[in-house]
Amino acid sequence: MNTSKLIIDFKLAHNAAGQLQFTAADGTVANNVYPVRAFPIAAPEEGISIIDKEGSELVWIPDLAELPTETKAIIQAELALREFMPLIHRINHVSSFATPSIWDVDTDKGSTQLTLKGEDQIWRIKGNKLLITDKHSVNFMIKDVEQLDKHSRKLLDRFL
Amino acid sequence: MKLTNNSFFNHFVRHNECSKLGPVNSKILPQNLSGKPLPAIWQPIIQSHLNNAEELHAWIEINLDAQLHFTEHLLIITNQRLVYFDVSQSNTGIQSISVTEHPFRAGLNLRHSDHAGVFKLQLFDGDLRMASWCYTLGSDVSSTRFIKQFEQQSTSFLTGQAIATEATEPCPKCQYPLTADQDECPQCSSEIDTPPSTWTLFRLWRFAKPYKWQLLAGFLLMLASTAATLVPPYLTIPLMDRVLIPYQNGTPIDTDLVALLLIGLFGSALLAWALGWSKTYILALVSERIGADLRTITYDHLLKLSLEYFGGKRTGDLMARIGSESDRICVFLSLHLLDFATDVLMIIMTAAILISINPELALVTLLPLPFIAWMIHLVRDKLRTGFEKIDRVWSEVSNVLADTIPGIRVVKAFAQEARESARFRDANQHNLAVNDRINKIWSLFSPTVTLLTEVGLLLVWAYGIWQISKNEISVGVLTAFLAYISRFYTRLDSMSRIVSVTQKAASGAKRIFDILDHVSSVPESSNPVHLDKVSGRIEIRSAGFRYGNRAVIRDLNLTIEPGEMIGLVGHSGSGKSTMVNLMCRFYDVSTGSISLDGVNIRSLPISEYRRNIGLVLQEPFLFFGSIADNIAYGKPDATRAEIVAAARAAHAHEFILRLPHGYDSLVGERGHGLSGGERQRISIARALLIDPRILILDEATASVDTETEKEIQKALDNLVHGRTTIAIAHRLSTLHKANRLVVLDQGQIVEVGNHDELMAREGAYYRLYQAQARNVDTDLDDVSNNDSIAGKAAST
Repeated sequence: MNTSKLIIDFKLAHNAAGQLQFTAADGTVANNVYPVRAFPIAAPEEGISIIDKEGSELVWIPDLAELPTETKAIIQAELALREFMPLIHRINHVSSFATPSIWDVDTDKGSTQLTLKGEDQIWRIKGNKLLITDKHSVNFMIKDVEQLDKHSRKLLDRFL
Repeated sequence: MKLTNNSFFNHFVRHNECSKLGPVNSKILPQNLSGKPLPAIWQPIIQSHLNNAEELHAWIEINLDAQLHFTEHLLIITNQRLVYFDVSQSNTGIQSISVTEHPFRAGLNLRHSDHAGVFKLQLFDGDLRMASWCYTLGSDVSSTRFIKQFEQQSTSFLTGQAIATEATEPCPKCQYPLTADQDECPQCSSEIDTPPSTWTLFRLWRFAKPYKWQLLAGFLLMLASTAATLVPPYLTIPLMDRVLIPYQNGTPIDTDLVALLLIGLFGSALLAWALGWSKTYILALVSERIGADLRTITYDHLLKLSLEYFGGKRTGDLMARIGSESDRICVFLSLHLLDFATDVLMIIMTAAILISINPELALVTLLPLPFIAWMIHLVRDKLRTGFEKIDRVWSEVSNVLADTIPGIRVVKAFAQEARESARFRDANQHNLAVNDRINKIWSLFSPTVTLLTEVGLLLVWAYGIWQISKNEISVGVLTAFLAYISRFYTRLDSMSRIVSVTQKAASGAKRIFDILDHVSSVPESSNPVHLDKVSGRIEIRSAGFRYGNRAVIRDLNLTIEPGEMIGLVGHSGSGKSTMVNLMCRFYDVSTGSISLDGVNIRSLPISEYRRNIGLVLQEPFLFFGSIADNIAYGKPDATRAEIVAAARAAHAHEFILRLPHGYDSLVGERGHGLSGGERQRISIARALLIDPRILILDEATASVDTETEKEIQKALDNLVHGRTTIAIAHRLSTLHKANRLVVLDQGQIVEVGNHDELMAREGAYYRLYQAQARNVDTDLDDVSNNDSIAGKAAST
């Protein structure tokens, strides 16, 4: 890995179509590019790649922290729109302990419902982190099971 | 992203002033594109915003805002414009509605995209983005359909022409063409959301029903044998009161009476033995049959499920469900349930006898019973969740095994034995922890029941002695009571065990019914259409397919003429294999349709449809059995001559003859002992034998060397002749015979044409071809099979 300081020789901006526009050091312009995280769960701030609409990599950013604030803000805003993984703060109610089960949850994105198709849709990532995929493939995350309140833990426990 | 309240089009935005617009529109508000009626809260809001000549044509709920927070917004299409309703709720609970309108005009167009489960609709004016809206699939609308509505309405508005109605009315959601007699789309209505009932065990009745007469006989025998076991304590009363106590008081023993009573005791014991034996035998027989039926039916059902189901499940888990869970249910029925039923009967009969002898003492004797029953109920819940948990953990343990043992070559090649061992230890540790927790409750349970039993006996002794002292009962009655209840209480102890076994069996039954309740996502049509003669014309109409939250195929249209050979070309991940899976109907398209000879493949019976398809895969799978059996897999009644002819055409005949047992040579699991090319030619022979109208070659030559490839190619040329063929190949040179090449990229067709046309166009195909011409191996990026990597590692 290249440990030397990253040289920022590209520009990112939004074009009229609301797409992200990438201007390389040599002046070539690519429209409709988007940032992706290489390790969205394990290390979200490390390894970000800017990818063009065909899916080839334009630039690899080893660490988001090394970017100038402006570029970083653009990337983070864009990532925020592409990444949809509500964090579950509380499980209010589950329709049944047998699956499929409809859960009423409070998330950092507001309250919503999710339909759990089966217990195997709950993935234990590492330690107490859980990733729950609902029927419509929206991923919900529980950062730390221990941090949930007692009621939620009790409900969740029936599925683990 | 800029949202609706961007200053650029502020002139479209008005706030809550629109209710002036004429009288309330009385047009019936339509259902949305998935047939869901418009929620009541929206109806007055929409009504007040539409003008007289306006009709609502389509709507979707936008459940995410600009920051991707869950909210409730609505986007509608009328015959004049696109309107977006944004309802925001302030902290004080007052609703404010802001309305954004986009009247139809030339240049406006809607586009959609999706990523990670979030759908995005964007409104463009030329290349300028006007607005964008996000929603999750939970709001359940096909965006392509919504966009189509937008286009139709806007064109009709701008040109003044009425919208041409389509000849066949497709399902509004997935565009699956519905016939006149189908009210519901078979695709859309097949989803079930209701969880299975908690009284899962009663659902086993479905399997018990065929044996109801045997069950009835078993039950009657049970009644009789239980009654027989209750006779001996009753005989102790005269034995005490009329023989022993009078003897103690000086009266000589009445030998006749004693003999009679002893014969009675022996006789009842003998009767109880015979009845008990026949009852247990009959019921064990029945329960074993129920278990066997359960297993077979579950397995049959499992085989009918789509590949999607198997993709999401792990082998170890499914094997455990069908194997050990059904066995557990069987043991439960034949052993535990039987014992429990006997015990319940005995308690009822004993209670009846005790009350008939002396109601007062009976009441005292039976007093601890409700208390114990309550305690059983209390622990029940805790134990049930615990046992469900143990089951899940247990399948975790077996999954580690199922992962590791088939991949043992990889494990050894990378020297990861220690890591796998740690993984197993972890799973085992988890198992232990869960078991420890449940054992804490469980271990407390039995001693408590025993304690209660002792206390109960004590109570009877004390009360009995007091009653005897008052001459209310005889000594014989007290002994009989003690004899009855000591049996009775020991049964209570064992009855308490039913709690755990019932819960175990119930959770086992639930896991089996999970499989049985799973409706295949590739359902059989309710009114199947039969095709007599298949010509092989395939039509793919605006097909779309999602795998998880990834759209793999989008809006794909292609018509394949009978006898035509199509080469599917593209990078890996471009959707080629998915196309094949869709055409074989391993999966169903999410939107659009695929038809064979003009009939939607969903309306054809699955097995009948697949009989017309010959499939040759990259990794041929041979089953354990002889080579002849493997060739005749798709047509078990094939004659030997047919098998040999197929093998000959597949260029397999000669190498088969070189084997020591010829066509009868056994090939082991997955064809060990044969080379990749040989296996492939056997699978080609298999496809040839069923003489399919449609042939699908999925990278048939990718895993063999160039020499072998030539041999296989010759075999394939025989196979392709005269059939509709869809071939996928990484090496473009193998597609030289194709009539048309279809270049896929990210699930969409980017180019269609023959080799020369596509080369002349210098597009995507040209680039692929150039890349391969430079280095044949550049694009062989999908040799990801672990086995082959491990094989290479092991052989060096």
